[in-house]
Amino acid sequence: MGGFKSKIDRRTLLKGTAAMGAAAFASPYFFTKGASAYVNEPTGSSVTFGFNVPQTGAYADEGADELRAYQLAVEHLNGEGDGGLLNTFSSKELKGSGVLGKKVEFTTGDTQTKSDAARASAKRMIEKDGAIMITGGSSSGVAIAVQSLCQEAGVIFMAGLTHSNDTTGKDRRRNGFRHFFNTEMSGAALGPVMEANYGNDRKAYHLTADYTWGWSQEGSIKKYSEAIGWETVNAVRTPLGAGDFSQYITPVLNSGADVLILNHYGKDMVNSLTQAVQFGLRDKQVNGKNFEIVVPLYSRLMAQGAGENVKGIFGSTNWHWSLQDEGSQAFVKSFGAKYGFPPSQAAHTCYVQALLYADAAQRAGSFNPCAIVEALEGFEFDGMGNGPTLYRADDHQCFKKVLVVKGNENPTSQFDLLEVVQEVPAEKVTYDPTGDEFAGDLGACNAG
Amino acid sequence: MMKFFSQSSEKGDLVLIALFAVAVFTMPIWLAPFGANYPDLMQRFAIFGIFATGFNILFGLTGYLSFGHAAFLGVGSYTAVWTFKLLGMNPIPAVIASVVVAGVFALVIGFISLRRSGIYFSILTLAFAQMCYNLAYSVLTPITNGETGLRVLHEDPRIFDDKTVETTGPLISQIFGYQMQGMTGFYFCGILLVITVFIAMRIFRSPFGMMLKAVKTNQNRLNYTGVNTRPYTLAAFVISGMYAGLAGALMCIIDPLAGAERMQWTASGEVVLMTILGGVGTIIGPIIGAGLIKYFENIFSAFNDQTLANIYSFLPDGLSEVLVSVTSLFVGEGWHLSLGILFMLIVIFLPGGVTEGLSRIGKLIARRTGKAQKNENEGGRRSSPMPGE
Repeated sequence: MGGFKSKIDRRTLLKGTAAMGAAAFASPYFFTKGASAYVNEPTGSSVTFGFNVPQTGAYADEGADELRAYQLAVEHLNGEGDGGLLNTFSSKELKGSGVLGKKVEFTTGDTQTKSDAARASAKRMIEKDGAIMITGGSSSGVAIAVQSLCQEAGVIFMAGLTHSNDTTGKDRRRNGFRHFFNTEMSGAALGPVMEANYGNDRKAYHLTADYTWGWSQEGSIKKYSEAIGWETVNAVRTPLGAGDFSQYITPVLNSGADVLILNHYGKDMVNSLTQAVQFGLRDKQVNGKNFEIVVPLYSRLMAQGAGENVKGIFGSTNWHWSLQDEGSQAFVKSFGAKYGFPPSQAAHTCYVQALLYADAAQRAGSFNPCAIVEALEGFEFDGMGNGPTLYRADDHQCFKKVLVVKGNENPTSQFDLLEVVQEVPAEKVTYDPTGDEFAGDLGACNAG
Repeated sequence: MMKFFSQSSEKGDLVLIALFAVAVFTMPIWLAPFGANYPDLMQRFAIFGIFATGFNILFGLTGYLSFGHAAFLGVGSYTAVWTFKLLGMNPIPAVIASVVVAGVFALVIGFISLRRSGIYFSILTLAFAQMCYNLAYSVLTPITNGETGLRVLHEDPRIFDDKTVETTGPLISQIFGYQMQGMTGFYFCGILLVITVFIAMRIFRSPFGMMLKAVKTNQNRLNYTGVNTRPYTLAAFVISGMYAGLAGALMCIIDPLAGAERMQWTASGEVVLMTILGGVGTIIGPIIGAGLIKYFENIFSAFNDQTLANIYSFLPDGLSEVLVSVTSLFVGEGWHLSLGILFMLIVIFLPGGVTEGLSRIGKLIARRTGKAQKNENEGGRRSSPMPGE
């Protein structure tokens, strides 16, 4: 037992002692500056992006769609396929010949929707695969953890699907950027719609996913629903990935509330909504009014999972494939041609983030994170499906219109599940980056 | 070489540990062909090596299968981050505090769980670990920060840190100005791995270790002869809890963030897999097992179709496409599948784990070369079989 192992050791010892001196140089120090100006400076004919998405867990569906979008983005950047949004993007720097003349390659990893695993996988991309930029994530907890890792390591983080205020609020980082909207914008967009449809005298009951995004979402909806005169009866926190929500839904019936706010996402939302409908909540009359359910953050993938149950339920979304502008149409067309179905909002935001990064590098003329930060801060663009958009310099958050959607009563296809009720313009959802709930410190950019 | 393992000679142990140390510190060189020589993965090899070594002190020696060892890992992690928050970013207090707190924690859980043995013991430890996980996730959110994970913030007291310098940058654990990141972090973990393996080796060889092996062989017989085994098993449980606490602390030293998912039952199951895969009851086995599992998790899971296409690019187009689509089932998202197959193969054909495989190959080579040494070893082993093996 173990005898052979020791022989290997001895052999290694012989080789090792000779190479000992060289060891220090052979080993990849990701924190040493060395000869290159910044971490993972691409020297060959290619540049590597790191796509870090959940492939298992509660957000696996979103993760799979994100990865499809990234692969499409890489094709378009390298000049394969129909070019997608490169044709409609207001910045015309990218020609489909790679980025700065380098072919785009990528490495993938599984975040497992766990901070630990996501950071390990991001570290692997940075230290081993030489990724110059990390993007992805389908949970705000993970996004915040990976964003701070990228800040420490000195690479750019382009956040994927993360909706918590904190990502660009109190946990904002100079090296991190977010295209997706946040809970504050959801609240600001949904408030008037809820008022118009459900009136001012309502009692709300929250079920909230118990992590940074859920807390943020609950806070924003409370803020805007209380502003229109609603009363918050109770807010109950549920563990992420709970599966069975019946124990949380039963008390709702006896609470005297007449609106249920489901601050859930992904499979959690599919389960909690389905169970709430099965418990007959929507057929009830409370306080002389119809009982209503609101899902602040909606996506087509979730609507697909929840099926019939989403009919008539309001929510907000970053983007929807049925939008008729040129950019959205181009994206739906090339995504559909490759995969055979329309993209989700997660796919859209990830695709756009990859393109925005590539464009920033092209405009800056360098992959240096600090140059890219400079190119993206205050960048205004259009043609990406969300109308005119600003990457605000103060907090690295994109400001664009927010969609209020409703579960379609009469879907015409299996993908036609959400109906866009209103496109809330960017001015209506813009907030002060130094306000109490948002104040954070970007710090200095880190190039490693 | 066999002699060193079968006879407890102190000199032989020292030679072995020296060889082991050389193997650990030359990892950046000999792991290069496997693409695993980057700091983060090597740090993980060392940390999970410590975790599995500690687990093996309990499982390998006493035969008590704990299914809740991740709880101690988590407790160690949280303690380490709290020491960072309160005392400052020096890793030494974090290591000491984590080991002590995990030890006390293990004492409490062990005291209750060890009243039962066999499957009941496993279930009790599993229940405790899941309790800890759920508490960390929900009720104890003020202490653990729930799902988001506990982090060190700039506004934390950190009373021993010099707060006049560096106010905005990331907070990284450091000692004497050496930052516990990258290769420095790896060497720090590596040194602790060598020390802990040496301690484990001494425990294996000691009379205390013999007593633990006796517990594994036949606890009833020991009880009938009037030996109270509980203090011995409890001591083993506490020691292995402390090892787990140390591993948890190291995870936070290289990356100051503690999340509740470290305590989940899957993490407890993982260390059981590591130990069995490598070889239960051997000193080097669990470390090999830990390395294998972490290698699969980090390298195999990262293979995508693009990588595979590159590997098979020398083959004709049609054939390489078929191979890519077949192989892609076993890598990337499917890495669990290949790990499962490997685990089954090992359990069925090599019940003693990878170390058994290695020693079989070793014997085969010895037989081929026809050395007398082999007979001597074989004879030596037969005449004095190790209890519980």
